[in-house]
Amino acid sequence: MLKEKDKIFTNLFGDEPFHLKNAQARGDWDNTKELIKKGREWIIDEMKKSELRGRGGAGFPTGLKWSFMPKDSKLTNYLVVNADESEPGTCKDRDMIRNEPHKLIEGCLLASFAMNAHTCYIYIRGEYFNEAVVLQKAIDEAYDAGLIGKNAAKSGWDFDIFLHRGAGAYICGEETALLESLEGKKGQPRLKPPFPANKGLYGSPTTVNNVETIAVVPTILRRGGEWFSSFGRPKNTGTKVFCISGHVNNPCNIEEEMSIPLRELIEKHAGGVTGGWDNLKAVIPGGSSVPLIPKSTCDTVLMDFDSLSAVKSGLGTAAVIVMDKSTDLVKAISKLSHFYKHESCGQCTPCREGTGWMWRMMEKIGNGHASSNDIDKLLDVTKQIEGHTICALGDAAAWPIQGLFRHFRDEIEEQLKKTKAA
Amino acid sequence: MSNQKNTFVFNKENEIRAKEILLKYPTDRRQSAIMPLLDLAQRQNENWLSRDIVEYVADYLEMPFIKAWEVVTFYSMYYTKYNGKYLVQVCGTTPCWLRGSDQVIKACKEVISPEPNTVSSDGLFSWMQVECLGACVNAPLVQINDDYYEDLTYDTTKNVLQSLIDGSPLSVGSQSGRKSSKAVS
Repeated sequence: MLKEKDKIFTNLFGDEPFHLKNAQARGDWDNTKELIKKGREWIIDEMKKSELRGRGGAGFPTGLKWSFMPKDSKLTNYLVVNADESEPGTCKDRDMIRNEPHKLIEGCLLASFAMNAHTCYIYIRGEYFNEAVVLQKAIDEAYDAGLIGKNAAKSGWDFDIFLHRGAGAYICGEETALLESLEGKKGQPRLKPPFPANKGLYGSPTTVNNVETIAVVPTILRRGGEWFSSFGRPKNTGTKVFCISGHVNNPCNIEEEMSIPLRELIEKHAGGVTGGWDNLKAVIPGGSSVPLIPKSTCDTVLMDFDSLSAVKSGLGTAAVIVMDKSTDLVKAISKLSHFYKHESCGQCTPCREGTGWMWRMMEKIGNGHASSNDIDKLLDVTKQIEGHTICALGDAAAWPIQGLFRHFRDEIEEQLKKTKAA
Repeated sequence: MSNQKNTFVFNKENEIRAKEILLKYPTDRRQSAIMPLLDLAQRQNENWLSRDIVEYVADYLEMPFIKAWEVVTFYSMYYTKYNGKYLVQVCGTTPCWLRGSDQVIKACKEVISPEPNTVSSDGLFSWMQVECLGACVNAPLVQINDDYYEDLTYDTTKNVLQSLIDGSPLSVGSQSGRKSSKAVS
């Protein structure tokens, strides 16, 4: 279990105010100038040493991503922070924004300096109105104290942060859709290449990072990359904020060590599964886009990227959705299918048409009016969508359905037979 | 959409805000301000946008109307009709559903109107089901205008709605007595 002294987000639950003076008392903005003076190469090198992998879901190594930014471009480089937290199950960034905004703002300065960016945009989902108000207040505090703006934190680096509110579109969490949205257009993902590091916001080199990825940067640089990588397993390092929702006694957010066993995570922090561990049916371990895993897998699986991908699921955003034996799994997944149908941007035919078709088929199965052939057909369609769209929303819509039938097909077919006989 | 004559202009306060918003973006990228400006306009007009208002905002940013209208119809938080003084948005995605969002919907149907997207007879509110609001460890929840009411049950949903009727809304956040997303045992 992660010790209190090793927690990065000591005010995750807002026990203390978010304000600058409180944040400084917690260690934020402590001699930021010295960190900047150590130079760009040092920062990126520490980030590489930390083995931090992006916290937005894809898990790409952060230090490596930063090193893709052109060093001597004549264009303006941008850092864009993705605070469009919308993946069902996920609500960790919300707590960081409303209770630890100064960690994020300081991280923005350090990351931007490392990537030669003088400007950072934070794109926050529109529904997080009160969170945006807090973040703007924190940004204003940082400007007033000279920590950002001209000669930020007396480092000699000029740096601006602008907050941009979204307006209710899950797809804007996809980085190129986010950039389109920031440019004042419909949030429809761009074809890649070119990747944002070469041609991003306004055609300039841009790196898009998740809130948590940026908010842990100051602590990593203060305590060292090796400190961070001492938690978890190799290539799956650090501390991580998990969101535990669904059928548990005490749903919560909690910062823990990466690679913690799933069972330990649920039992130690969320008060256990409702009705006890043996009442567990399945868990979606990383937000709605990753396939569920049955109880037998949950017994032993570790919560990290490689362990979960070895059981054909994923860590995603580390949003753990727990479902006990009372759950109608077809209905639970069908609701996710409805989500993807609603959120498809409509650009690619397989996704636009397929997400609605898959949802209707899931409803048909849920209502008991389907056959084994229908399941085959549905799984075939998931394969036609997966990998055939510009962005990963099509994949994300297909995977939960594939995961459901991978583990529970026999049970569902049995139920269909019973309904037919009745 | 109404066909009223276009009389909408930003009020003085919003005119100042609009100018401040434009400073966030490069001067040759005014279109970037479309989302915040539509939001401003919507707030000035009882939380909905008519075609005329969208035309005004498009002109303000020197962009074609159709580009602005694309934005209005693409994003779910712009409304093209009046939704009452309070818009109650119930999250029905899986994490909320697992913890009883059906009961929250039941309460809304009883107190507000049997059908979604229908303003109650007294004009006070309407409700609609929405997708994930991003507060899943405080499920189930509703968003009422800008505020989240969390950890709801059938009864506490009714209490919240009644408090709107009474004109003294309950405190926002968790309705189960806990603070933020911290576990309580």
